[in-house]
Amino acid sequence: MNNDYRYENRKFVMVGIVLAIVTVFIVRLFNLQILSDDYKKHAESNAFLNKTVYPSRGVMYDRNGKLLVSNQPAYDVMVCMRNVKELDTLAFCKSLGITREFFDKRMSEVKNRRLNPGYSSYTDQVFLSQLTAEDFAMFQEQLYKFSGFSIQRRTIRQYSYPVAGHLFGDLGEVSKKDIGKDDYYVQGDFIGKQGIESYYERQLRGEKGKEVLLRDAYGRVKGSYMDGRMDVAPIPGKNLTLSLDIELQALAERLLQNKIGSVVAIEPETGEVLCLASSPAFNPQLLAGRRRGENHRLLSQDKQKPLLNRAIMGTYPPGSTFKTSQALTYLQEGIITPETKFPCALGFRHKGLHIGCHAHSSPIALAPSLATSCNSYYCWGLYRMIGDDKYGSSQAALTRWKDHMVAMGFGYRLGIDLPGEARGFIPNAAFYDKWYGKRWNGLTIASISIGQGEVTLTPLQIANLGATIANRGYYITPHVVKDIQGEALDSLYTIPKYTMVEKRHYETVVQGMREAVLNGTCSEADLPGIEVCGKTGTAQNRGKDHSAFMGFAPMDEPKITVAVYVENGGFGAVYGVPIGALIMEQYLTGTLSEESEKRAKEIQQRTIYYGDQER
Amino acid sequence: MAIKNVNLWRSIDWITIILYFVLVTFGWLSICSATYDFGELAELDLLSFDTNTGKQLVWIGCAMIIALILLNVEKKYYEMLAYPVYFGFVLLLAATIFVAPDIKGSHSWLVLGPIRIQPAEFSKFATSFALARLLSTYGFSMEKRADIAKMIAIVIVPMLLIVLQNETGSALVYLSFFLVLYREGMTGSLLAVGVCAVLYFVIGVGQSGNYLESMPMVCVGEFIVFLLIPLITALMVGIYGKRLSHALWIAGGNLIGTFIAWLFSRYVVPFDICIIQLILCACTALYLLYIYILERYASYLLIALFALGSVGFYYSCNMIIDKLQPHQQMRILVLLGIKDDPSGVGYNINQSKIAIGSGGLWGKGFLNGTQTKLNYVPEQHTDFIFCTIGEEQGFIGCTFILLLYAFFIIRIIMLAERQGSNKFTRVYGYCLASILTFHLFVNVGMVIGLAPVIGIPLPFFSYGGSSLWGFTILLSILLRLDAERESRFR
Repeated sequence: MNNDYRYENRKFVMVGIVLAIVTVFIVRLFNLQILSDDYKKHAESNAFLNKTVYPSRGVMYDRNGKLLVSNQPAYDVMVCMRNVKELDTLAFCKSLGITREFFDKRMSEVKNRRLNPGYSSYTDQVFLSQLTAEDFAMFQEQLYKFSGFSIQRRTIRQYSYPVAGHLFGDLGEVSKKDIGKDDYYVQGDFIGKQGIESYYERQLRGEKGKEVLLRDAYGRVKGSYMDGRMDVAPIPGKNLTLSLDIELQALAERLLQNKIGSVVAIEPETGEVLCLASSPAFNPQLLAGRRRGENHRLLSQDKQKPLLNRAIMGTYPPGSTFKTSQALTYLQEGIITPETKFPCALGFRHKGLHIGCHAHSSPIALAPSLATSCNSYYCWGLYRMIGDDKYGSSQAALTRWKDHMVAMGFGYRLGIDLPGEARGFIPNAAFYDKWYGKRWNGLTIASISIGQGEVTLTPLQIANLGATIANRGYYITPHVVKDIQGEALDSLYTIPKYTMVEKRHYETVVQGMREAVLNGTCSEADLPGIEVCGKTGTAQNRGKDHSAFMGFAPMDEPKITVAVYVENGGFGAVYGVPIGALIMEQYLTGTLSEESEKRAKEIQQRTIYYGDQER
Repeated sequence: MAIKNVNLWRSIDWITIILYFVLVTFGWLSICSATYDFGELAELDLLSFDTNTGKQLVWIGCAMIIALILLNVEKKYYEMLAYPVYFGFVLLLAATIFVAPDIKGSHSWLVLGPIRIQPAEFSKFATSFALARLLSTYGFSMEKRADIAKMIAIVIVPMLLIVLQNETGSALVYLSFFLVLYREGMTGSLLAVGVCAVLYFVIGVGQSGNYLESMPMVCVGEFIVFLLIPLITALMVGIYGKRLSHALWIAGGNLIGTFIAWLFSRYVVPFDICIIQLILCACTALYLLYIYILERYASYLLIALFALGSVGFYYSCNMIIDKLQPHQQMRILVLLGIKDDPSGVGYNINQSKIAIGSGGLWGKGFLNGTQTKLNYVPEQHTDFIFCTIGEEQGFIGCTFILLLYAFFIIRIIMLAERQGSNKFTRVYGYCLASILTFHLFVNVGMVIGLAPVIGIPLPFFSYGGSSLWGFTILLSILLRLDAERESRFR
């Protein structure tokens, strides 16, 4: 037992260890609780409430300065559960126009931490969102009776005209993906979901500000910190001036009623889009405010797909409107001269291939072929071009052809300032090699020369073709926003893009298009006192033909280019020409004559029945 | 019997009892505060048995009853029952592995109707018993191999069983028994080896992802560890060896060798200089072996083995890290700063540091903590209970509680030391002091971000019956043993 005392001093090591541990802990705690700024900052985030102050979103005007989209106050009803006392539920429900069941359901939803992860009985929770001023008036009068409930102001979009829903787009709550992409957003923020609201989100949204408030241990706000010296004022969003003429847009949408189709009008000189209508359309107000979710569901379930902006998302065979581009290509490539004549015996007949045409004189020269929309002429042209020895092979010839098409704005997105634009389709040599196994020639692919077959364009691209012809050889990328407050427009929308065709050839085609109006397929578009140029299109497809029109006016100093595309509208002259003519008249004269107004009403009421298939 | 009962009242250590009651009371108040959700629950509910607070009150009541019973059992019965109780608990721990249901991956809870008991919390006192019994056996000696083997087996067996229950945290507590063994004469070099192991682990694994800026091939952790090994070896040679010149040779040779390698790598051909360091370590070991053969002095051989073992330890660390369960692996990595992921595993530590940091000097006041109330801090009434104190009582409150603990543990050491020749009570007392120290170190260390996140409770504070009962039993038996000390002297 002598051993026992040998190690007695080791008790000091034990005591030392205990004291060392406690000392280290106390030093660490001193550091954490008293010295460290890092954790103090986090601690401050408890004591100080950084309240976000939302900027007002930029508004939109049309090209004539008319207010189109603005902000309207809306109100969220907030509830702080801990302060709800002796609530007269009946009176509460009555003042908000809700049922007792709905009240109970909402209250349990708010308290459910699974549905509402940020729930705390000490802080305000959203009970009802986006009440309009009318809904809210009665509630506000009685608010003093309902302790624990309060109001938070926010804004919703207000639309002056019930048109152009596709263009404006809408606002919706940010998704997790949006937050991941841009840390500007937090849960519950709103973001542009479609159209201009989405494309110009950065300009429209402005910059959030913040208000620093003092908060006690219970999360109750105790007032402003340092008299607001730490506050940051929000920067309001930038206003946009659209290139749109809202009257023209309204007329276009009116004319397209009861039909599926699009009308696109562009100012050729600037590439500014004057109207961009897609039918069926919807009232943009439907997608603002409390009922957005429900309305969005109804619209997206509609078989005619009203949410689809067909003017930029729909791809169609361009039909005969495409012939203008072909004439230009053949002229530039030296395949034809303006005087070249091709035979047409009720169509193109060569080596067993027959593509039908209608009755007109034969052989026919270029200008009359545009006026009468002769199919045979363009089949011959393409056949000649593909077979021309100077290219070396069909493939090389088609590649040259494709380059012309791409230079005219086909086959790729034009780059309009709207999301979701489609690119259409222009076949290339590789495509046909794969399809026909290299054994193809000008005859095999003849139908693309008349805008059929594999070729598809968006109505916007058709309108842009019109603008190129009106400009005699160039276009400026179409755009719907003309001016951003305090910011220059993207150079994409100011720099002209030239095609590969010389100006003189354009003059020839313009003559042909003028001919078509004077004594051809577009005679209905001959407006008094205005030199209109035009080209009809009748695109074959599985159902009834699509009715199309492309034109511009006046001939020498073009102010407007129009493309009309009505699905299953039949011959181009049935819907395309009259709608196009009315749009030009409205824009160029500022109004419709009495007679034209009558016509407009008549067209508006004409209905095309599409059955109930998905479209 | 009658005499001893009278003695109990007079000879029991009232200071310890008062400290115990103060700790338990503060513990209960902390649980009140952590459980109190300023909101739907009215203040009166604090005493309802449906809440944790109410339940804890029941556990405290039961603990008192258990303590009263144990205080009335004579010491001779404890000495007699030490081994049977120990073996009983070993069997219970083994059975628990198979019987216990899977609760969050651990098989440590025995479910008896509405009551859940964690045998691992109670086996600590059984192990303390067995250890005290063994060390107080007549003729026991730290020099005897058989005795050392028995001693280590008593500690290791329950530890391994608890590891098998997937309760690594509770198993680690058994490491604290080595402090007891140290007090009883175990060689201090073993503790030194332990410290080195921790050092190598923390540096080696903690810096394994970083590379020297000037030499991207060289891993910082590896470099420092391989520099430390020969230096510590040299230090040991200096302390335990016969001649200081050997130590200087080793230190100098390694430093110069490394420096030359560094120059070569920097200016001639870049290569991983850790290879040279490794060769230098091997040379050091060979050199020690050489002087061992020359001088026939066993310490050199042991130091050579230590050097080789250190290298082996470093390499196995990375492998061990891979072997650990993912959450433990992550916890260690987070502590070492490798994965600082606020929403991942680091979240717990981060939130608890914020809660404590927000307490400031005086704290926010009882029941006024927001961080611990609004569910920011996880496990706020069990493992992270110290956060509540930190936030609501501030630096002053924390310091007070820590000093209270220090005083409590030192008081227990004093009780252990005043036993004279009564080794059973002394060893037992040291066991309790060591266990408390370990719990305090790991739990509070974890909450303030100094120790790894290992889920062990803070004695008398964390919510739960098993933990409270376990410590009450440990303490009340010590009080009884201590109360009998005078009977021997009288």
